[in-house]
Amino acid sequence: MRRLLQRRENQLAAIIILVVGLITLRAPVFLSMGSIDTIMTDGAILTMMALVQMLAILTRGIDLSVSANMALTGMVVALLSKDHPEMAVTATIVLALGLGLLLGAINGVMIAYVGIPPIVVTLGTMSIYRGLVFQVSGGAWVNAQQMGSAFIAFPTTRLLGLTAIVWIAAVMVAAIYLFLNHVRKGRELYALGGNPTAARYVGINNTHNQMLVYSLIGLVSGLCGYLWVARYAVAYTEIALGFELQTVAACVIGGVSMAGGRGTVLGCVLGSVFLVIIFNALPIINVSPFWQLAISGAVILAAVVLNSRSERSKGKLILKSAQLAAVRGTA
Amino acid sequence: MSSLPRLFPASDATKGTEKMRIMAVFKRWEFILVLILAAICVFNSFASPYFLDLHNLFDSTQSFSEKAILVLSMALIIIIGDIDLSVASIIALCGTAVGWLATQGMTTPQLVVASVIVGTLAGMVNGGIIVRFQVPAIVVTIGTMSLFRGISYIILGDQAFSSFPDDFSDLGQGYLGGMIPYEFIVYLVLAVVFAVFLHRTTYGRSIFAMGNNPQAAMYSGIKVDTIRFWLFTVNGMMAGLAAVLFTSRIGATRPNMALGWELEVVATVVLGGVAITGGSGTMPGVILSVFVFGMLTFGLGLVNVPGIIMTIITGCMLIGAIATPIIVRKLSRP
Repeated sequence: MRRLLQRRENQLAAIIILVVGLITLRAPVFLSMGSIDTIMTDGAILTMMALVQMLAILTRGIDLSVSANMALTGMVVALLSKDHPEMAVTATIVLALGLGLLLGAINGVMIAYVGIPPIVVTLGTMSIYRGLVFQVSGGAWVNAQQMGSAFIAFPTTRLLGLTAIVWIAAVMVAAIYLFLNHVRKGRELYALGGNPTAARYVGINNTHNQMLVYSLIGLVSGLCGYLWVARYAVAYTEIALGFELQTVAACVIGGVSMAGGRGTVLGCVLGSVFLVIIFNALPIINVSPFWQLAISGAVILAAVVLNSRSERSKGKLILKSAQLAAVRGTA
Repeated sequence: MSSLPRLFPASDATKGTEKMRIMAVFKRWEFILVLILAAICVFNSFASPYFLDLHNLFDSTQSFSEKAILVLSMALIIIIGDIDLSVASIIALCGTAVGWLATQGMTTPQLVVASVIVGTLAGMVNGGIIVRFQVPAIVVTIGTMSLFRGISYIILGDQAFSSFPDDFSDLGQGYLGGMIPYEFIVYLVLAVVFAVFLHRTTYGRSIFAMGNNPQAAMYSGIKVDTIRFWLFTVNGMMAGLAAVLFTSRIGATRPNMALGWELEVVATVVLGGVAITGGSGTMPGVILSVFVFGMLTFGLGLVNVPGIIMTIITGCMLIGAIATPIIVRKLSRP
């Protein structure tokens, strides 16, 4: 039992159950099917973005441009839908993926090949992409009547009772889980974050991996940009403003170490779920939405303080065999 | 700018023969910034006949003086290898406090003191958590960034405070001799204080040492945690000061005030030649960088470029400024 509770993911899961229980006591409607459905649909985008943000953080980087990428891609596909309402959803998705990938690859080239620190590059591209949203739209809104009906309908199309957006997120969670745990490239990301020098000595190419990570983040940001715009049926310059920090917050709450090399898919998903539950619960238990920001800040700080304890007690060995060897070596 | 090398005797680049010394001046980041600044000023004076007017120039400093104050203390924090993303939220918190206290009948001097105190306390919260729990500054300040502005939202919601004492607006809108804004004078005085502190005291040397190698700095007897704590506290204090000036200038307090400033401030510091990884940077560099951004904004405003286009240019300048020397170095290597 104690060992079960020592795992950060289990602690977080327990806290989530506790919080949900307390909320339900005050407002039983919170556990209704409709409410759960909303939470899952709302949480899908944050979960996907937090997962790719985790890839950057694992390699000791960060991507602050994700929300600007989402806004720019979302705006571009919304404008296209306005001009060509009959455009197929697959075409829209391919375009969103492509544009997102391009924007992410620009970050990747600057970080991996030019060698500028990720925080500086993405800080810069955050401003550039956000400014470009204004450029392409002329500052105007694209609203629901102007977008194609298929364009808006897709994210909330239901399959086996769940919305498409939830299915996409589920597939992505599975894919990133497999990538990080069972694909060589994925393990390399942990190695790079855990000890970049050692990683280089064993022949792991930092340049390629960074390029991969930031391109992947761009790809997913592009997709989420479209999903966001279609889900909320509106596109404007300030879409998802500040969302990049929510993705970082979800990672931190989920136990992803900002120092790199530590973090799990499960933790990251639970971190996102936790944030979404808190945000969705506030109006239900009659707390003004103006409390949302302060509460998320307090939650992040609490998570940071709790993480600091668990991080100090453990080493940073990645491979089980290396850990065993180390133990034998000292014995 | 020929006095620059003499200001920093510790820099290796300035040692050697007279010719090398002159070459070193040209290679300095500050020299490049002076060139950029000169180019912007020349461009601006061609673009608009109103640019080269002494009143206009002094007036334009008002629009960036508050950010410029934050840049000074943020530079120190980045030099030790940390970052503070909560400064803009501290401004919102202090602004809210000032607005509320003004409705309670406080006088202008009292409001200034109150704002600085609230800012200092907020900075202490940052520094306290970072030092006590030994956690990265970036996560802590992402948290307090939400928390401080969140408190402002809880107090104000979608309301605003806009009643202040009669003489309150003088702070941010007043001029010395009818020409030089008080805000600008405050900034200049602080700039001198920070430059002397960083380049002329042992604390300044300690800050560089911490940025280069925190562990080595600790083993050589530098009180790493104490300095860290106080730098974050000073950063909060500067945010408090900037908040009261900003509130006075715009005459109202809203929870979304100064939104996004933290990134502009960090961008200015980095453009000023401070390495984001810590350990190097100069005060003249970041001061020049403030003017580069300020004059650019002013000039583009004169030719009616919308503010959001400014953000594209800011972003390009930030990346371009960092990338150019790296690319030049890579290409010049065989």
